[in-house]
Amino acid sequence: MILSVKGLEKSFGARRVLRGIDAEVSAGETIALVGPSGGGKSTFLRCLNGLDSFDAGAVQIAGLSLAPRAAPDAPALRPLRARVGMVFQGFFLFPNLTALENICLAPLHVRQEPLDVVEKRARSLLERVGLADRAGSRPAMLSGGQQQRVAIARALAMQPEVLLLDEPTSALDPEMRGEVLAVLRDLAGTCTMLVVTHEMGFARNVASRIWVFDEGKLVEDGPPAQVCDHPRSERARAFFHAQP
Amino acid sequence: MILILLALLASGGVARVRAQGELRWAGDLQGGEPYVFRDPRHPSKLVGFEVELARALVRELGVRERFVQNDWSSLVPSLERGDFDAIINGLEDTPALRGRILLSKPYFTFAEQLVVRRGSPRRTLAQLEGRRVGTLASSLAHSILRAHPRIEIILYGGQEEPYRDLQLGRTDAVLLDSVIAVRYGLTKPDLELADPDVARGAYVIGLRKGDGDLLDAVDAALSKLDAIGELKAIYARWHLPAPVVLAPAADEPPPARFDLAQVALFLRGACVTLVVSFLAMALAVPLGLALALARLYGGPVARFGAHAYVELWRGTPVLLQLYILYYGLAPLIHLPALSAAILGLGLNYGAYEAEVHRAALLAIPPGQGEAAAALGLSRWQALRLVLLPQALRTALPAMTNDLISLLKDSSLVSVITVVELTKQMTITAVDVRSWALPGALCAGLYFAISYPLARLAARLEERLGGPAELAAA
Repeated sequence: MILSVKGLEKSFGARRVLRGIDAEVSAGETIALVGPSGGGKSTFLRCLNGLDSFDAGAVQIAGLSLAPRAAPDAPALRPLRARVGMVFQGFFLFPNLTALENICLAPLHVRQEPLDVVEKRARSLLERVGLADRAGSRPAMLSGGQQQRVAIARALAMQPEVLLLDEPTSALDPEMRGEVLAVLRDLAGTCTMLVVTHEMGFARNVASRIWVFDEGKLVEDGPPAQVCDHPRSERARAFFHAQP
Repeated sequence: MILILLALLASGGVARVRAQGELRWAGDLQGGEPYVFRDPRHPSKLVGFEVELARALVRELGVRERFVQNDWSSLVPSLERGDFDAIINGLEDTPALRGRILLSKPYFTFAEQLVVRRGSPRRTLAQLEGRRVGTLASSLAHSILRAHPRIEIILYGGQEEPYRDLQLGRTDAVLLDSVIAVRYGLTKPDLELADPDVARGAYVIGLRKGDGDLLDAVDAALSKLDAIGELKAIYARWHLPAPVVLAPAADEPPPARFDLAQVALFLRGACVTLVVSFLAMALAVPLGLALALARLYGGPVARFGAHAYVELWRGTPVLLQLYILYYGLAPLIHLPALSAAILGLGLNYGAYEAEVHRAALLAIPPGQGEAAAALGLSRWQALRLVLLPQALRTALPAMTNDLISLLKDSSLVSVITVVELTKQMTITAVDVRSWALPGALCAGLYFAISYPLARLAARLEERLGGPAELAAA
């Protein structure tokens, strides 16, 4: 198992956002995390690389374990971050650096790889996301879809074992959404991915499993056809029924 | 109403003073004992030999007196502006001054006295060539010292500081009049009189040009006060040597012209301003950055320390900080004036830079820090590679603003004897009897420094991520 979660609990003050999550993922799987807003899926994802701490439970990811209540900037989390990549809804490219520099930054400074190796890999990643000609562009000169594709390339440059994507297309218009989803479809199978998404078409066609989160619980876990067409829980049935 | 005012203006000084019912006379309380100062036991009351002189004078003129506080260095322009009728505050009779305003008969004569450290081998002005000699700016002693071009003149604003710096070895001698030397210099056991009579000078009352009739009335009153022995009695009460009312010797050089030599002095002043401002900024920026980082990312102690520093340095006047650094700490650290000026301004502006950098760091979206952390960058790497470059870009306009403001605030360092552009302007203005040309040149030089700076900063802003640079990429 590349990811194993046991009894994960988290509260924001009095509000319990994660109420005992148990889950496992094998290498190479693509998991789509769906469900109503506020169900806990984004928080769950952020707990997997320590950006949010959790109160109780255990996480084993990419061969490393995470303890409860770790500070998000604790030095102990750095090896984990090098193996677990993250893509945000808001892209968060570094505006002071070009697309190429954004991609090269972590391999150069975290893994201390030689520049020529890093740059070669960065250029091939840019090509893979269809932006080979925009290496020298600053983020402000790129469209939202292009920025998100660079952000995916930036995460992939660390050659992560697991890639976490938190609503990667929610900030984009439909056309740009298509560009990004195409990249993710192409990526599926080559790298373990957990994608929080509202794109039910993508979840159904690309994911190996769909997880439905509701009120801090994992209420459905299964292959797309089973979860979408024959959900076991009442809540999941209502959720899928509301989808267009 | 206007007619009455015009009549008053046309009718000369005596009629105006009578119409006012009072003679408004000015001095600077900072001059202290024995001129005009606050009675230490009754701080609401003014005392001093000039207060008594003014009271005797107005009795003769048949009006009341009212004291007007005015900075000593700007007494003459304030008189010309019409802020008061007379200057009675150790005003020295010099040809430069005589060409500009009306001067009464001397009411007191004194000697310029050279004071040195006890046992010092250099005891005459000739022996002091190449050394540092302190005095008050724009005083008679100042113009006497200027006749010795190889003497380095250190200028002060008050009477206590020149002797304190002499004690500390920052200067080798002080040339000032006997009234000051006796009270402020020779009371210090480690100082002694080297030359008791370098030159003679006289205190006179300054009146506005056009107040000729008032001048006559004042002169007549002074003669009478002298004849009836009242002046003598006043000076005796204040333990001043007996005065002789006499015509001052006019063997001084004629007033300076605004020539190339003056322009060269201005350029030198501008260089001092530049050096002080840029070095102070070079100190303030890293200090401010360190304080900002301590406040944002430090432990409780660092956070508290940085916060306290910012509030303390921002909350007290930079003038006071300069005084403390140069005079207050002198027994502990012996800072040369220029270093104290740079350090003082740098430490003060560091507090402002701290807030600029803190605001710039806080303005960065939190996602930037999260993205850096998610890539495995350490906190320091995230700061250096991601956050600070963005903060610098945001902070640049405010930093430019601060540098330009510092350029002008650097004029404050004249209180610790550094002669920079503004101080040079006031000295020259007194020398050449005009503020217009020196003032214009001074303003022109400040602008010539600050405007290119603002342009340069604008260019830099573009380079650090403005539209031009992005299009080029």
